[in-house]
Parts: sequence; structure tokens; C-alpha cells
Amino acid sequence: MFSFKLNGKTVQVSEVDPHTSVLSWLRQRGLTGSKEGCAEGECGACAVLLLRPDGEGSRLESVNGCLLSLPSLADQEVWTVEGLADSELHPAQVALLQGGSQCGYCTPGFVVSMAAEYYRQGRQDFDLEALSGNLCRCTGYRPIKDAAQSLGKPEADDVLAQRLESPAPALEALDYVPVGRHSYASLQTPPRFFRPTSLPELFEITSSHPQAKLVAGGTDWMVEVNQRFSRSPVQVAIDQVLELKSLTWTKEYVEIGAGLTLSEMERGLEGQVPLLHEWFPRFASRLIRNRATLGGNIATASPIGDSPPVLLALGADLLLSSATGEHTVPLAEFFTGYRQTLLQPGELIKAVRIPLPLAPMARFYKICKRPMDDISTVAAGLVMELDGDTVKSIRIGLGGVAPTPVRAYKTEAALLGKPWDLRTVRVAAEVARAEFSPIDDHRGSAAYRVAMLGKLLEKFYAQTSGVLA
Amino acid sequence: MKIVGKAIPHESAGEHVTGQALYTDDLLGRYPNLLQAWPVQAPQARARITQMDVSVAQEVPGVVKVLTAGDVPGINDSHTHHDEPLFPSEVMFWGQAVAWVLAESEEAARLGAEKVRVEYQPLPAILTLKEAIGQDSFQGSTLRARRGDAEQGLQNAPLTLEGELEIGGQEHFYLETQASLAALDETGNVVVQSSTQHPSETQQVVAQVLNLPRNRVVVQCLRMGGGFGGKETQANPYASVAALGTWLTKRPVRVRLNRVQDITLSGKRHPFYGRWKVGFTAEGQLLALKMELYADGGWSLDLSEAVLARAVCHSDNAYYIPHMDVTGRVCKTHKTSQTAFRGFGGPQGMVFIEEVLDQVARSLRLHPEEVRERNFYGVGGSWPSDSEEGLVSTDPDPATVTTHYGQTVKDWERTLLIWNALKESSDFARRRAEIIEFNVVNPQAKRGLAITPVKFGISFNMTAFNQAGALVLIYQDGSVQLNHGGTEMGQGLHTKMLQVAAQTLGVPLESVRLMPTRTDKVPNTSATAASSGTDLNGGAVKDACEQLKARLAGVAAQDFGVSPQDVMFEGGQVWSIWNPEQAVPFAQVVHKAYLQRVQLLSDGFYRTPNLHWDKSRMWGQPFHYFAYGAAVAEVEVDGFTGAYKVRQVDILHDVGDSLSPLVDKGQVEGGFVQGMGWLTLEDLRWDAKGQVATRSASTYKLPSFSELPEVFNVQLLPKASEPGVVYGSKAVGEPPLMLAISVREALRDAVGAFGEGGIVELASPATPEAVFWAIERVRERVLVSGD
Repeated sequence: MFSFKLNGKTVQVSEVDPHTSVLSWLRQRGLTGSKEGCAEGECGACAVLLLRPDGEGSRLESVNGCLLSLPSLADQEVWTVEGLADSELHPAQVALLQGGSQCGYCTPGFVVSMAAEYYRQGRQDFDLEALSGNLCRCTGYRPIKDAAQSLGKPEADDVLAQRLESPAPALEALDYVPVGRHSYASLQTPPRFFRPTSLPELFEITSSHPQAKLVAGGTDWMVEVNQRFSRSPVQVAIDQVLELKSLTWTKEYVEIGAGLTLSEMERGLEGQVPLLHEWFPRFASRLIRNRATLGGNIATASPIGDSPPVLLALGADLLLSSATGEHTVPLAEFFTGYRQTLLQPGELIKAVRIPLPLAPMARFYKICKRPMDDISTVAAGLVMELDGDTVKSIRIGLGGVAPTPVRAYKTEAALLGKPWDLRTVRVAAEVARAEFSPIDDHRGSAAYRVAMLGKLLEKFYAQTSGVLA
Repeated sequence: MKIVGKAIPHESAGEHVTGQALYTDDLLGRYPNLLQAWPVQAPQARARITQMDVSVAQEVPGVVKVLTAGDVPGINDSHTHHDEPLFPSEVMFWGQAVAWVLAESEEAARLGAEKVRVEYQPLPAILTLKEAIGQDSFQGSTLRARRGDAEQGLQNAPLTLEGELEIGGQEHFYLETQASLAALDETGNVVVQSSTQHPSETQQVVAQVLNLPRNRVVVQCLRMGGGFGGKETQANPYASVAALGTWLTKRPVRVRLNRVQDITLSGKRHPFYGRWKVGFTAEGQLLALKMELYADGGWSLDLSEAVLARAVCHSDNAYYIPHMDVTGRVCKTHKTSQTAFRGFGGPQGMVFIEEVLDQVARSLRLHPEEVRERNFYGVGGSWPSDSEEGLVSTDPDPATVTTHYGQTVKDWERTLLIWNALKESSDFARRRAEIIEFNVVNPQAKRGLAITPVKFGISFNMTAFNQAGALVLIYQDGSVQLNHGGTEMGQGLHTKMLQVAAQTLGVPLESVRLMPTRTDKVPNTSATAASSGTDLNGGAVKDACEQLKARLAGVAAQDFGVSPQDVMFEGGQVWSIWNPEQAVPFAQVVHKAYLQRVQLLSDGFYRTPNLHWDKSRMWGQPFHYFAYGAAVAEVEVDGFTGAYKVRQVDILHDVGDSLSPLVDKGQVEGGFVQGMGWLTLEDLRWDAKGQVATRSASTYKLPSFSELPEVFNVQLLPKASEPGVVYGSKAVGEPPLMLAISVREALRDAVGAFGEGGIVELASPATPEAVFWAIERVRERVLVSGD
């Protein structure tokens, strides 16, 4: 059994299958304001607000209810669109009245995302990126943008603003098995859900349940659950494991906890890794970044995950941890095949280390159809250091051109020690086009991907040399 | 105090923002004992079903019944054409539902569906338009509209050009997927809650499947989370399954598609292929055009013939072409049955003619806007476009204001008015010059600018559909209930109907309550489609309210001792023009009417006047009037990748006298962005096996915040009253979608700037990849000619 606070009232849960999403549970309870538009975290119609710790106080984060399993709410405080209005409408709701809704189906999600941004500490202007994970098919967004930008600051007596002044509840370890139900889809026994809060606890669970499914933000796993009906007898939420959530700077590297959400990482880095700063908004929407983790994006080993290209270019190492100890491996050696990695059973990514000092010239390019919240056709990270006019070091990380994320070693070799000029770039572009054999799919043709291998190098040159190609 | 014409929020806005607005699937908690349904989807593009065994599925805990063809008491077909078997014996597209499992939970229904054993004998499938054309795989009749002698015109023309283009389809992606909830009511009627744009047809199909008279079937649509045409006919199979399940089990049944099911099962905007030959002068005046259009209709006819008819009737857009010959065919392919989608073929027809105009211009090295304006109806190439006043209108030759299907272009001069005003307000000439400068100094970033017109015919092509009914009830306390046959999908129809009723009766908006759309209130309604919802239902609501007002005026006139036409109704007060100070409340007059036994309910009816259409000759007067508009788009394209952004969009659009400016502006903006999505971003793909490859939100990308133009100016044309339409308004739902053709043409303009002039071929949708290849083709030409 576990409990949490829903719109200010405590709720206890004991019978619900832990694969149940917050969205479907809310709707079954009659809270139908949250809508299902896609069940994969693309449309944001299901957004809910989570209270999260923030220094002395707390903050509100907008997250996709469809990608949040119900037990991950244990001990937390959550608000839905129904909980925002009391006797009066919430300012975010008032703002949307003037043309901000047409069919109204996406509107609750927009209200929630707008409310999260409304309460953001230190907010000056409304950051429209807060709405990057909400889709509207009717309005064309202009009235929603105007509504968002019309928002003022919370009043002194605003209940939610007051709540943010005190800390979010501490989350306890959880071991949950539903009671009282008879059938659990394909599973023989009632599915179990663990949420450890420390690494030793986690390793204890994984040693007694070697087949347990480790879930960080759940932004990938819950899509499997919702759309391909995957089920696991044992799920282990690792989003509250303290050791995975640190961010430390040493002389040699910055170490980023694999369990930090992208949003936490973004705030923690404060723009000190400019390449990542540029990369965050291209990675995914704010709704996703509030849950997704770096460790999760690497461990799923998708050939089109967006973190490997940039981390490969930064020369990152992974700190792997298991009950028996820790060791580092270069990220470039981590991927062993399509969706396969060096991770052994019982082992996880504890942190990502980015070596310091950072090379001065760094870019991330993502080729896709839509600038916001899309999946890469090709992604490239390029990090370079020049010695005078000569290429002293270069690392190129790529996604979308091979079964795994890859370093473009041959292309790098064609550049290393060469003068950084158009001739070198053209030769290297030729090498890049020949280095990989990407595939055709609905995101793009193989020919386009090949062409981009060369063009992105040319673009990097144009942007770093100041010479217009 | 005018209520009509006031910029008021959507009537449900307060419920939208609080999450209190109910959609069909939000009602499930109100149906205890509800059964859930799950489809068995065939993994074949085309196959004969040789065997089906449901026995294992029935063993799955929670499974109550597996619905198959043998369970249908009536006709096993979910379309009024009788060409869409609800439970097919031959699979006609990948993912077609061959059986439905009913169970106590969604999970049990899904697990049951996995256990239905179906054996298929694969059959050859036709998966592309070109394959269909090659194999003469057509359905419906050949449509042909012509005027003059195109063949002769082409022979006599000093210059000719030929071309072809394929245009991709579009997934509706209404945020609310298809949903139906059916139950038996207290008297044994079948009541279906359905997300349908056409409750009367849903009722018809349910009755047909159940073998019941229609008076035993009630269909209600509370509201939809978007429709866009995708729920005009496509809701019917799911309503039928729910109704059949409820009829057989006597329990309520819910059918709600998840996104993947919705995309793989339901029809989409028709992909088109077209080829054309155009004859023209060195000045860019069009003389003759021959065009062949092929629509990918998918596996059944559905609305494809009407869609094609609208494409044929819009392949002129705003241009007069003396000799014109357009033919169209609907191809039969083994894909989802393509259906209505905002614009209904009009957009495809217009993309083709704008393609022609652009290519003519570029082949002559003229700016496309000059060639466009030289060919407008009423101008016909005969006027200088560089006179100091710009384009002006005099009395044109009647031939130059007649379409290729014989309709006079009413208000043809409005295109010129809008065009000139928009060029002025968007500072077109200055920006054209600035862009040329920008492009000279930026080898890897090019900007493009384009202005395109829209002329869109309003009315259903099928004359009979142009009718509507309403039912208005006044209670003794003066409160009013309003029923009409239209459905609300976000377009603001209900808002406008409330305004029309309140305005006509002279009561405050708050006095009128809009009732859910139900087939037992207004029968035999038309689909809420073809942008006609307000014209038709508004006409009927106004008629009903005017009858009621006339009766009440009689009652008040007696009291005031004046004649009825001297009685005024406004703001809930009634008075005589001879003594405005002595107003009495509306409710008092109503109560008096009751005591005098005056009827306080009225029906209303409307049929669009003066329509006639000879479908076999494609000739006549299919449209009541035209909606006009124009858009200017400016884009910037990255030469390395083909990625682009829309820097600015300026729109001037004609909605007549706007009934509800906030609603209308929303339709213009939203329609534009949706059209832009179709032409740029939304890349609907089928794989080699015939399965929709882009069947989820992660693979099929809609416009998001990042596609909102950086500057977006939308103006409604002032002083544009349309006589004979409710309060002088015009239809607005579809026409603005086609304003987005300006973005496609601006992209082409930018692509052209990477080369040295000449024709620019650009695929549709113009994704970054498509733009990249267009740039490469232009660059190659430079290299070749440079050598």
C-alpha cells in the first residue's frame, strides 16, 4: 500500500497494478480533465503537476501523466487540472479563456504546463519552452502564446505559491504489491514495484530479482507499457536513489549523476557546459526533461538517442556500478550492438564524466522534421580544438547513421593535424559520407543521412571559421 | 447592444480550462457494468480470411463475447454506400478490424483479441497511386470539368510547359481519438454517445447494422476533441460495434481507439497525383490548361468522389483560364479509406494550380506574384499590373468571371481588393527587395517570400445536403433551450448559434442554453462539414427564433396597443418603439403568451437557395458564394540541411460580417497552421507491406510551438457583408487552410535563390529533406550551366 496527496487530499492505493499510469488511474477515478492524446509523452494532454524539492522549499514540475506509473507517486504531492481552480479560476485558466481553447481537449494539459512555468522561481518572462511538450491541433498556438505571455506573478495569498515555500515531502523506500486482484495480463503473480532510496538497497533488490526492470524516468519504459503492453513482474524505480543524483566538479571532470532528470541537470550545470546548454532544448520537451535521465537515455542504447552523440563528442566516460564495485568505461566503447551495451546483470550507470577542460569549439546538430520535441534523423556532436590553424583534437559523435551511436573515427582522422580550411573539410566530408551506411526509414532516406554526414561538417566549418562556405 | 459580431470566448471555454468539459469517453464512469471492446487487426494489406476461430479467445478470463459477421442482425456494413463490411471476409488494408472482442476490462479484451486465430490467404495488394493508375484500379466515376477547347488552346499557345506532382496525405490527428459508448435506454432504444460529426448518418448506419427502424436509435454528440472531417463518416464503424455489442449483451459497451488504432484504422486526407500541361504567353497570361488528377481513395469509396469533385472545382483557384479541361479519378488502393479533411479536395486542387502558376513564372523569370495577379478572375491577363493604382476593377468580360464548371464568380473583385491591401499592409515590395539583398550576401541561408490567394466555394457539392433544422423551446420563466443539427468540434459553432439565437430573440446570451446535439431533437441532419455548419444551422436557428419572436411580438403588441412590427426585443427587455421607457421583461411577455395559449416552441428550417449542379457534366452553380483570402509568407532556409523557419505570415481573410470575431480569427490562424503542417511537416508514410509507418505521435509530427510563425498578423476583411447568409457572415472553417500554400511557395522561392533562376521542383510535403533535395537540384543546374 502507498499513499500520496492528490489535489491536497491524501489518497491510499492498495489494489492497483503498478503498470497503471497516473493518467488512466485518474480517469478511472472520474478525474477526466486529464486526457489521453497519444499515451507516449508527445502531446501533453495528460500533464499533471508534481511537487519536487528545491533547496529550502519546493517547486512544481509539469510531467506527462501517461508516462508516470502510479506507485511512483508514493509520498508525493500531485495536482491535476481539477485541483487548480478553487472558488475562482487559476490565472493560467483565466488567461486561456480568450481564444486559447477551441476543441478544448488539449487545454487541461496546457493549463498545467502554464501553471508550472507560472510558479517557476525567479521567472522573469514566460519561457515558451515550458509548453514545448503540449500539442494543439486547433488554435495554431498564437492565442496560447499570448495567454502565456500575459501571465503576471502569483499573488501573496496564492495557495500553491505558499506551498512552495516549504519542502516537498521526503520520499521513502517503497515495496508495493497490489492486493485483491485476480489477473495481471501476461503475468503469473501480482507485479511488484520497488523504489529504493540508496544504492545498497537497490543492489539488494536486484540480486534477489535479477530480471527486475530498472526504471529511471520511465519515459521509454512506460511507452512500452502503454503501446506494446510490456509487463514486468518486478519493476524497480531508481529515480530516488540518492547516489545517482549528484553533480560534482573536479579538476579533471564534471561528474553528472545518471539519475538526475535532464531538467535537474540543466539547472545544476548552470550553463557551464555550453554545448549541453545548447543541447537541452533540442533533446526533448520540458515535460519529458522533467522525468527523463541521462542514464536512461544512454542505457536504452537507442541508435537515435540524443545524448550519446553529444557525450561522445565531449569524450565522456561512464561510471558503472554494481554490488561488487565501480569502474569506468569510455562511452565510445559502451555500445556493443543494436540496443546492446556492456552493462552486466546487476550493473547500472551511476554517473557520466565529462573531461575538463572543455574544448573551445563545440556544436550539436539535430536533423529532424520539427525543431521542438522530435526524434533525430541524424544527430551530431562535434568538439574541436585548434592549434593555430591546425586541428589539434577533434571528436565527432553521431546518431542515426548506424545500429548504435558512433564516433566518426575515420572522419576525425581525416581532420586531425590538418589545417582547418575548406579543402580539409571537403576531403573529410567525403570520408564522412563513406564511413557509415545508414538506412532508409520514415524519418529520412539513407541518401539524405549520408549527405548530412558531409553537410554537417561543412556547417560546423562555416560556423566556427567565420568563413562563409 | 449587438450580440452577433461580438468577440466572445468559446461557449465552453470555462469548462475547457477547468477540465470539466465532457467528451464522449469522459462519460464512462456513468455506465456501470460497462464492457470494453478491442479490435482484432489483420496483419495483411490484402488477404482472404480462410478461417477464424474465437474459441480460445472466449476462454480468456473476462472475455464476454467475440463479435463476428454472424452476430450482425442487419446488414454487415458500416457505410451508407454498402461497400465497407463491418466484419470483412476479405481484408482490404493493413490493420483492418476483422473481429471485435468484448470483455470486462480493456486488458481482458486486448488479451482476448490476441487469442482470436485468423488464417489469411494473402492476395496481391495495390499500395501506391502509380501502381493503381498502371493497373486501372479505379472506383467511382470519371469526373471532368471543361470550358473551351484545351487541346486547341495548347496548340495555339506561344509557350507550353508540362509537369507532374505528388501530394502527400494528412492524418487528422484530432487530439480526441474515435470514441463511442452505446447502451439501451429505459424504453429499449439504442442510445449511442459518439464523437461523430454526422449524428444522423451514424444513426442510419447503426440502424442498418441492427436492422432497426431509425426511430429506435438515438445518437448524441456532446462535443468532439477535434474533427477536421475525420469524424464525418469515420465514426460510424465504432458506433456500430458499440451498438451491436450492447444490442447482443444488453450491457453498455465502450469503443475507444488508442492512437495507433485510430491512425491505422481511420481514413485520412487523400494523397494526390496530378499531371498537367499549360499554355501561356511570354507575359505569363495563361491560355489553356489540361490537368489530370488522381486521388488515392484507399480501399472503399467513402466520400472520395465528392472530394475529387471539389479538387476538380478548385483547380482554378482564383485564376481565369480561357481553355481548361480537368479530369479526375479516384484510385482504389489497399490502404485506409481516405475521407473528408478540412478543405475536402479543394486544397489539393489549389496546390496544383499554384504549382502551375509558379512554374510558368519561373520559366519566364518573372516574380510569381506578378504572374498570379495577371491571371485573376476579372483580370484575365488583359490588364497592366504596373499601373500606379495597382490592380483596379472595371466591368470585365463575363467570360473572365466564369469558372470552368460554369459558375459566375460572385464578388470576383474581392481577390483584387484583398491582394492589394495585403501587399500594402505586409510591405511586400520593400521586403521583396530586402530579401534579394539578404540572399546575395548569404550563400548558405536564403529567404523566400510568396503571396497566394484563396477562393473557396461554399456549399456541399451535393445539393440535398444543403439543409438544416433547429428546435427552439421557450419556458415560462423566459429561459430558452436551443437545439440544432450541427456538432461542436472546437470550431465554435455552438458559440455562434447561441449568439444568433440571443440576437434574434433579443435576450442575453445567458438566457439561452445549448442542448447536446441529438438525433431525437432534430432529424435528418447533414454532416457538420464543408464549412457550412453556421450558414445552415444558423439559418435554421434564426428561422425558429424569428417565428417565436413574431408570436411574442403579437402578444406584446396587444398589451402595448401598437402593431407587432413596432415591438422591439433586446437584452431581455421588450418595448414599443413609441414608448421605449416602458420596457417589460422578456419573461413577462413569455408568461403572458403561455396564458394566452401561444405556442412557445418552434422548429426552424433552412435550405441554401439557388443551387443547381449537374454532376454528370460537372456544370452548374454548386456554390452559394466564395470565401476569399490571401496570405504572405516569408521563410528562411538553411542550405546545409534544408531546415527552415517561417519568419512572418500576414493574412487578410474574408469571413463576411464576422458573427464571432474571436472564433473566426481562431479558425483562420488554426486552419493556416494545420495547412502548413500538411504542406511542410506532416509526412504520412506507408511501408512496403502496406502498413502505416507513421502511426503514432512520435513518428507523425504535428506542428508544435516551434512552427508558430515568428510574426503572425491575421486580419479579417472589413465591410464584407454577405447578403442572404445569416447576419451577413461567411463560412470560415476550411478556406484558411489553403492560405498555407503561401508557405510552400515561399519555400520554393528560397530554394530558387540557391540557384540562378528557372523552375524549382519541390516535393509535398516540403520537409527539410525535400527542401534539401530541391536545393541540390537547383545547385546542380548551376554547376552544369556554370561549366
